[in-house]
Amino acid sequence: MAYKIIESCVNCWACEPLCPSDAIYEAKPTFLINQKKCTECDGDFMVAQCASICPIEGAILDSYGESANPAGSLTGIPPERMAEAMAEIQAR
Amino acid sequence: MMEMNVTEQTTENVGGGCSSSGCGGSNDQLSHLPEHIREKVHDHPCYSEEAHHHYARMHVAVAPACNIQCHYCNRKYDCANESRPGVVSELLTPDQAVKKVMAVAANIPQMTVLGIAGPGDPLANPERTFDTFRQLTDKAPDIKLCVSTNGLTLPEQVEELCKHNIDHVTITINCVDPDVGARIYPWIFWNNCRIKGRKGAKILIEQQQKGLQMLTDRGILVKVNSVMIPGVNDQHLEEVSKVVKAKGAFLHNVMPLIAETEHGTFYGVMGQRGPEYEELQELQDKCAGDMNMMRHCRQCRADAVGMLGEDRGDEFTMDKVEVMEVDYEEAMRKRADYHASIEANRDAQKNQTNETFVSISSIKLHKKKELRPVLMAVATSGGSVINQHFGHAQEFLVYEATEMDVRFIGHRKVDLYCSGGDTCGDAETTLDKIIKTLKGCEAVLCSKVGYEPWELLEEAGIQPNGEHAMEAIEDAVAAVYAEMVEAGLPDKDKSDASIKITA
Ligand code: SF4
Ligand code: SF4
Repeated sequence: MAYKIIESCVNCWACEPLCPSDAIYEAKPTFLINQKKCTECDGDFMVAQCASICPIEGAILDSYGESANPAGSLTGIPPERMAEAMAEIQAR
Repeated sequence: MMEMNVTEQTTENVGGGCSSSGCGGSNDQLSHLPEHIREKVHDHPCYSEEAHHHYARMHVAVAPACNIQCHYCNRKYDCANESRPGVVSELLTPDQAVKKVMAVAANIPQMTVLGIAGPGDPLANPERTFDTFRQLTDKAPDIKLCVSTNGLTLPEQVEELCKHNIDHVTITINCVDPDVGARIYPWIFWNNCRIKGRKGAKILIEQQQKGLQMLTDRGILVKVNSVMIPGVNDQHLEEVSKVVKAKGAFLHNVMPLIAETEHGTFYGVMGQRGPEYEELQELQDKCAGDMNMMRHCRQCRADAVGMLGEDRGDEFTMDKVEVMEVDYEEAMRKRADYHASIEANRDAQKNQTNETFVSISSIKLHKKKELRPVLMAVATSGGSVINQHFGHAQEFLVYEATEMDVRFIGHRKVDLYCSGGDTCGDAETTLDKIIKTLKGCEAVLCSKVGYEPWELLEEAGIQPNGEHAMEAIEDAVAAVYAEMVEAGLPDKDKSDASIKITA
């Protein structure tokens, strides 16, 4: 079982030095997690380190394939409000 | 006759003056500071109001990671701490950054300061940040180093900072009250956990204050930046100013929140407004009673190159830098010569300014009534002189002239403040936007003005003036004020919000 970085990653480097298993590596177009090396931080930390510092909602998936940080959980912006704002901008 | 001092000093310093011969009297707002601190800030374009006309600074983007989230920041872009949101910079490795700095310093001899301000938090990227500083201390010892931080890991890094001989640190402190903090910082990363809300804000505040104290105890200059967020911390920042001053911060720089929906930040999306010029100025004035303020901050980008407010970054992209040949020793000699000539120039300008005010003080003699202050905008591309065409100005410097002195109030960017949003509709022309930007100013001084803007400016009650091209800014503003007074300064319309000027 392993965490996963997906394409919304902004390459901010925050997660890479925190990984106790050296599983995270720089890649193009975004950082990636070596699925064989990731231990989910088990035995090292109570919580997955990458998912605890990543600033981008949705960029990291847990072992069930679900967003470790779903929309609204980090910014505090309610997803509906975000959708409205995006629609407003589109309509300009 | 009373001696007048021109420039950007606070009024309580008028007539004060400095006894040592070389320092140019109380000719800048740093005159209240002890000599060793004044010396440190004298050449620093971010800290000395006067120096920023003459010297250049540069930031390199080597620090991508961040350990907190601010509601005015979107990590898809650069940190808003010291940079304009929405501009993604070229992330450099320490080696690349050093190369770039050396190339810039060889080509722009005004260069005195190298800062690391982002795009994340420099101290959340200690290896990259300190590697850059270590190499530069070695290769360009005449360049000052500075760093900006949110302060979260500051206490544990003070020792390391001292090793690298960094004498300027900027901490962004938006609050000293965790309840206020909870409305600014949604989370921090601390002790291997993400901590949300008030609890996180409390830790951040404690760390900031501790770090600030540790730095000033070690004689390191600390500037505090605050982002003014109306309804969130605007009432609170006076208190912040007091607290950080008591701990020895030498400058408190209040910057306006910039929040647009398209930035995708919490404040932008939730419709939090930024401050009006008048509100910002009023707060800056209030805090100035406690502490001298830096008003010329232009919210430059984390990888900005050049004089404050101008960005020559395009000339120094990594692919161009890689092929530049740089003779380090020769470049350093050139900088030393250049700085000596700037100093000579600054002295000459100071001597001139004293004369101008003879005329203003003589006006005072036959005008019994107290004269109201006037705001004027100036277009300049640097060098403390009026040398920019109205139509080319991307920002204006605003000065306040009174019968006592001329002081620098702040910058107004044309684009930054008027990029749509609810204050200015899309139908507005650029000119309308500029005029709106100049709200509250009664004159605009530039090298030239076109016919069309001239008329519109006059209609808007802003007198265009191209008669002082290439003159020193303070002298010209004083002269125009004197002309206005001679012509009989009209009372300002009481309904105009822009007369909220504190003397
Ligand atoms: S969950 Fe832990 S072990 Fe797995 S990649 Fe993230 S930090 Fe590394
Ligand atoms: S912390 Fe998130 S955004 Fe940053 S590099 Fe890691 S996965 Fe990408």
